[in-house]
Amino acid sequence: MASGIRDRIAIVGMGCTKFGERWDVGAGDLMVEAFQEALEDAGIEKKEIEAAWLGTCFDEINVGKSAIPLAQCLKLQNIPVTRVENFCATGTEAFRGACYAVASGAVKIALALGVEKLKDTGYGGLPDFGSAMGTLNRFILPNFTAPGGFALMATRYFAKYGISPEEGKRALARISCKSHRAGALNPKAHLRKEITEDQVLKAPIIAWPLGLFDCCGVSDGAAAAIVTTPEIARSLRKDPVMVKALQVAATSGEELYTTRWDGTYLKTTTEAAIRAYKEAGIQKPREEISILEVHDCFSITELVTYEDLQISERGRAIHDINDGLFELTGKIPCQSDGGLKCFGHPIGASGLRMIYEVYKQLQGKAGPRQIQNPRFGLTHNLGGIPAFSVCSVAIFGL
Amino acid sequence: MVGIVAFGAYLPRYRLERKEIAKAISWINPPTLGFASGEKTVANYDEDAITLAVAASRNALSSISLPDEKMFIYAASTSFPYAERLNAAIISEALGYGEVSSTADFSGSSRAGTAALIAGLNAIQSGDTSWGIVTAGEVRKTKPGSTDEFLQGDGGATVVLGREKVIASFRGSLSISGDFPSPLRESSKSFPRLWEERWIRDEGFMKIIPSAVKSYLARHDLSPSNFRFLIYPCHYPREHGIIGKMAGFSDEQIFNPLLVQVGDTGAAHTLVLLAAALEECQPADEILLVGYGSGVDLLHFKATELIREIRPVRSLESLLLRKAPISYQKFLAFREVLEVETGLRGEFQAETPLSVMWRNRKAILGLVGSRCLRCGVPQFPPQRICVIAECQAVDAMEPYNFSKKKAVVFSYTGDNLAFSYDPPQIYGLIDFEEGGRMMLDFTDCALEDLKVGMGVELSFRRKYHDRHRGIHTYFWKAIPMVN
Repeated sequence: MASGIRDRIAIVGMGCTKFGERWDVGAGDLMVEAFQEALEDAGIEKKEIEAAWLGTCFDEINVGKSAIPLAQCLKLQNIPVTRVENFCATGTEAFRGACYAVASGAVKIALALGVEKLKDTGYGGLPDFGSAMGTLNRFILPNFTAPGGFALMATRYFAKYGISPEEGKRALARISCKSHRAGALNPKAHLRKEITEDQVLKAPIIAWPLGLFDCCGVSDGAAAAIVTTPEIARSLRKDPVMVKALQVAATSGEELYTTRWDGTYLKTTTEAAIRAYKEAGIQKPREEISILEVHDCFSITELVTYEDLQISERGRAIHDINDGLFELTGKIPCQSDGGLKCFGHPIGASGLRMIYEVYKQLQGKAGPRQIQNPRFGLTHNLGGIPAFSVCSVAIFGL
Repeated sequence: MVGIVAFGAYLPRYRLERKEIAKAISWINPPTLGFASGEKTVANYDEDAITLAVAASRNALSSISLPDEKMFIYAASTSFPYAERLNAAIISEALGYGEVSSTADFSGSSRAGTAALIAGLNAIQSGDTSWGIVTAGEVRKTKPGSTDEFLQGDGGATVVLGREKVIASFRGSLSISGDFPSPLRESSKSFPRLWEERWIRDEGFMKIIPSAVKSYLARHDLSPSNFRFLIYPCHYPREHGIIGKMAGFSDEQIFNPLLVQVGDTGAAHTLVLLAAALEECQPADEILLVGYGSGVDLLHFKATELIREIRPVRSLESLLLRKAPISYQKFLAFREVLEVETGLRGEFQAETPLSVMWRNRKAILGLVGSRCLRCGVPQFPPQRICVIAECQAVDAMEPYNFSKKKAVVFSYTGDNLAFSYDPPQIYGLIDFEEGGRMMLDFTDCALEDLKVGMGVELSFRRKYHDRHRGIHTYFWKAIPMVN
């Protein structure tokens, strides 16, 4: 078994745009905005970047295919640039490319940048999946959406644990309210208003049983990370953030094609988490993890992720929610920046946006959202829907 | 002996009350107020002539087992979705007879159903083949405010023909062609050109049918008293009964044309009525069946002892009882008569790659997946490498047809974000009792009907209609078994 990349990669600079309905700027502007912040934060010159990874998902309404848009936009001078895409886990995938490049010794400093300009679709929600799932699936998959795909998990979860839809929706509402309280404190978040449980429960249904506030927003945004070796990082700044673990798991098809999976958890998250904790040397996640940034595309996703990450026991996440474990003031704050719930989900950017928050928290630079003495921060970035997913789990520390 | 070996009808679930049509649109054509009673069947947005024929065929085939050898599928309709791309070939793939069937479409008039029936009987009599399917489906697109809109319904029916285990033997037929030019519809047009209704009625139905019936009886030295039922179409409720009497038949012999509950289902109608009549027949009962449109077809059948033994899973009564109301506006939208706001999501339709469709036709149209020869687990779509983690056998699969397998709801949602002609878009995961899982659309149900664990049956449906490119694609959906 390979040893992984624990403590072999350091983040030396990061940038993140204001997320939101950025009607006045294009994806290129967002890339420049995130990159310039990261470059300044790292305190290096652009020419020191030896390789770059671009993460974008929906190229039809974005900057287009290939890595050329990133190189052209940032005026990277003929260095190796690669575009990656892994559905909603795209951002972390770009980050992984940059980390692996440094870990391999091929380059010393690499850039990962994720961007998505979703508000040019002309409608709410993500672009249609009709052409995104391959040609055969056009004929055999339902005309589904992301909220519908995740709603299937809520239906299963409620059924398995004997939770009435009313009871279940109330627990999910607490997750959304908690994230909005944190998002209200974050100037870079898209949605910055606190919400009440009553509002959540009365909101229109998007995909039964998920209502409007169970779903994350849809926004434009970009985020970037500059990674290097620990030695170079320490020469550049006193508080570089180390990658402790970086794992990805993609479904083999068992969940969708066989009756083995019970639909109340993410098999990919579970597997990626087991490997990530091992890589990071974490024995008791509930005791050791200080802060979580999970892929809360929908409230139900956040709920089962608590369990998949071994923070809550199976079937017990609702109790931990009710106990306030994940509040900003709780023992393991989750979505201290507001999460996808308040940032929205510009696909390519989200994974890097999560890392940005963990990075700032570990450095003690999270302003009014700062938590006390964080040790390990975890990001969880999920693509697809529970029945067919790809998931990354990354752990960071100083 | 040559004749019918099985039969089955299919009626879509929706019913439109005729008074709703009258309320909405009779202002433009007040005489239609006279037709404002009863209800008519309306196909769901995902049904068309092909899917109704498939549903009726699955119903008919449910009662018998037939050899997997050379057979025919003759499909009849005046509302086939395709002018080219054989509609019967799609039906054949859906029923799993892709490689053994000889297929043909019958169209051009509401007589197409009986024309296909005569052709099928002739094919068996010729000795060329031992059995085959004659199926008809009709989904009516009618002009708002027209008489047709009130009187026409949607439905399908299938008659399985063969030489062995015949339940109604074929005794004879008579066909008379006549260019009676109404209804008349140019190939490229949606709606027919009509002439004065008095002429359609008096010079058409009321003259042509009785004279043909009398002619058949005279030729074969038969009288009306030889027959248990005379079955014939005529969409005018008041005049229907008069036609049979003009031919010398009594009220008891004239088979109920189902105009009050169903409406006239065009090329399918005579076969729908035949399926209904066969449920009532006793051994030795004789039936005279009339197909009408641009002439007339007569077919004469006599029930055998076996008539008592063969019944489709869904009786006509159960089909009539399974119903849900539909509004006039929704009916117009489903038939694409009313242009509704679909939102930008509704505009988007990915290209339909035809080469992919051909390559995967057994999976898409026949719901044929694969079953691992090593571990036995069925999987869909067909896999090269077994999906079971401990197995992963390579290229050790046999074809496995899921379309008649029992399944239950694993999970479901009603999606208001996804575009649907009938929001919310209801879909979910279903688990097959013998193994295998699929993510499918649900249809013919309300979100409130669904529960985790309830049984579902599979139904062949139109997946989408790409209006811009003129393509209809088909796949399977799940219908929850509410009762």
